[in-house]
Amino acid sequence: MASLDPARLRPADLLRLGGYGLRSRPLRAVLSALGIAIGIAAMVAVVGISTSGRADLDEQLAALGTNMLTVAPGRTMFGDDATLPDDALPMIERIGPVTAATAVGTVSDTPVYRTDRIPEGETGGLAVVAAQLDLPGTVNARLAGGTWLNAATARYPAVVLGAAAARRLGDVPAVWIDGRHYSVIGVLDSVPLAPELDTAVLIGWEAAESHLDFDGHATRVYTRSIESQVEAVRGVLAATANPQNPDQVDVSNPSDALIAQRAAAGTLNALLLGLGAVALLVGGIGVANTMVISVLERRAEIGLRRSLGATRGQIRTQFVSESLLLSLLGGAGGVLAGAGVTVVYAGTQQWPPVVPLWAVAGGLGATLLIGAVAGLYPAIRAARLAPTEALGAA
Amino acid sequence: MTAVIELHRVTRSYPGGVTALRDVDLSVEHGELIAIVGPSGSGKSTMLNLIGTLDRPTSGRVRIDGHDVATLTDRRLSALRARRIGFVFQSFHLATGRDARTDVADGLLYTGLPRRERERRADRALTRVGLGDRLGHRPHQLSGGERQRVAVARAVAGDPAVLLADEPTGNLDSVAGTGVMDLLRELNMAGTTVLVITHDHEIAGSLPRQVPMLDGRVI
Repeated sequence: MASLDPARLRPADLLRLGGYGLRSRPLRAVLSALGIAIGIAAMVAVVGISTSGRADLDEQLAALGTNMLTVAPGRTMFGDDATLPDDALPMIERIGPVTAATAVGTVSDTPVYRTDRIPEGETGGLAVVAAQLDLPGTVNARLAGGTWLNAATARYPAVVLGAAAARRLGDVPAVWIDGRHYSVIGVLDSVPLAPELDTAVLIGWEAAESHLDFDGHATRVYTRSIESQVEAVRGVLAATANPQNPDQVDVSNPSDALIAQRAAAGTLNALLLGLGAVALLVGGIGVANTMVISVLERRAEIGLRRSLGATRGQIRTQFVSESLLLSLLGGAGGVLAGAGVTVVYAGTQQWPPVVPLWAVAGGLGATLLIGAVAGLYPAIRAARLAPTEALGAA
Repeated sequence: MTAVIELHRVTRSYPGGVTALRDVDLSVEHGELIAIVGPSGSGKSTMLNLIGTLDRPTSGRVRIDGHDVATLTDRRLSALRARRIGFVFQSFHLATGRDARTDVADGLLYTGLPRRERERRADRALTRVGLGDRLGHRPHQLSGGERQRVAVARAVAGDPAVLLADEPTGNLDSVAGTGVMDLLRELNMAGTTVLVITHDHEIAGSLPRQVPMLDGRVI
């Protein structure tokens, strides 16, 4: 008498068995895998794009430094605009860990015109801002063209344009401010940590005082500190800048603002991620549906396999592996598509494309789970079919 | 000579009071070629299912190749089918889109043989049924008679103790049918026990032993 222990299916045979049903109906396999692919692609793309954006932000912050703090006058307790005391800057410079500090002062009620022919009032929303010579070094501003102010030009009617101001005014040799021409000697790149400088027309501190009605009050002080001491400096900045009324001083860290901006985009990501999960769920239902139909259609095959000696377990395994293969097909396609979308989108934003490995692994893991869950019930039904009944269906 | 198939007082009834098989005794020796013949509804398919271990009797004892079917689990019955029983069906049950060699080789999937060995045996079995030159043909490229030969090759590739053929000529014209019956006779002469189920008395009459059935009984 022969031994009657059923032989185990080899892994390679199992793979072929799983692929058999898919190969015999390729269109249906592709369509039902598509649902899963779309869900996974959406999720991988969302994670990839937001990770790429964060990588870009990290690069930016690394380049810009997170050790800049700005000091600006707040409001008095009556709601009026406060001012910083005249000695705010020297006081701030005396704080030990502060490595650099510079002040700017907005020259109020001083419109800037492209030429003297522009009608009054069409100012383009630009502000004349008095600056000190060490401003670019402190805020990490680079020149797009021309030169920065020096000790000489800071006394003369000369201006340097912020990036947005230069775009609005166009390529002009001089601008018209308060009844006279000011030569444009340079243009700045945009300054990520001090976006208010982008719309500024910068003029030397002395020139502002002598040619315009500048009152000499700083409207903003930019500081750089030793990296490890930034929080400590932040704690004393307000009291140092205005010892009488420290509550009338606003202290902020511009890199926090950049991070906060990205965090706001993160809530949208959560929404998109949720949509991806819904697509994935629908995809999983599609796979389950395909498997149920597949089992119904293949009763004769199931009966034949039982007559050839397949155990119930082997029938079950066949259909589960078919379902796993089907959803894995979708998952792999989805990961590729999601990665592709990330690379293209990051390319348009000039971000470094990053698709985190955990997102890829998580996506494939999720599809395997879905495949197992979607395939289990149809597979159990297939295995429970009585062989005689299954054969009779043909 | 030992009995390869032994049915002792076998009854198979279904819920609802239908009794398809009543108190049947049957003994088939190794190397026999036997026809179970009867009109439709006589219980011959039920008998085939019981002999093929696809079904269990309501009462009585079925022994196949020395194994008492009642004592075997579903898993062990599956193994028994994989190694000791070959089936040929009226409607062939070939997989569309797969060539003859793959189909026959996959018939050995549940024997645990490695793929190369399965293919080697498939080639041998197909050559044996006269389809040595049709290894790569798919079902739609084969005639009905050739398809049934592929099915026979699949059934005998694993060298079973018993070959069960359920109306093997039912879907074939008379020439193809005669060819398939000749093939079964050849296999029997080479040592395989063959059991043919048919309603055709002419076919039954051409075989050495007939078991006539009517209304669930052997008459």
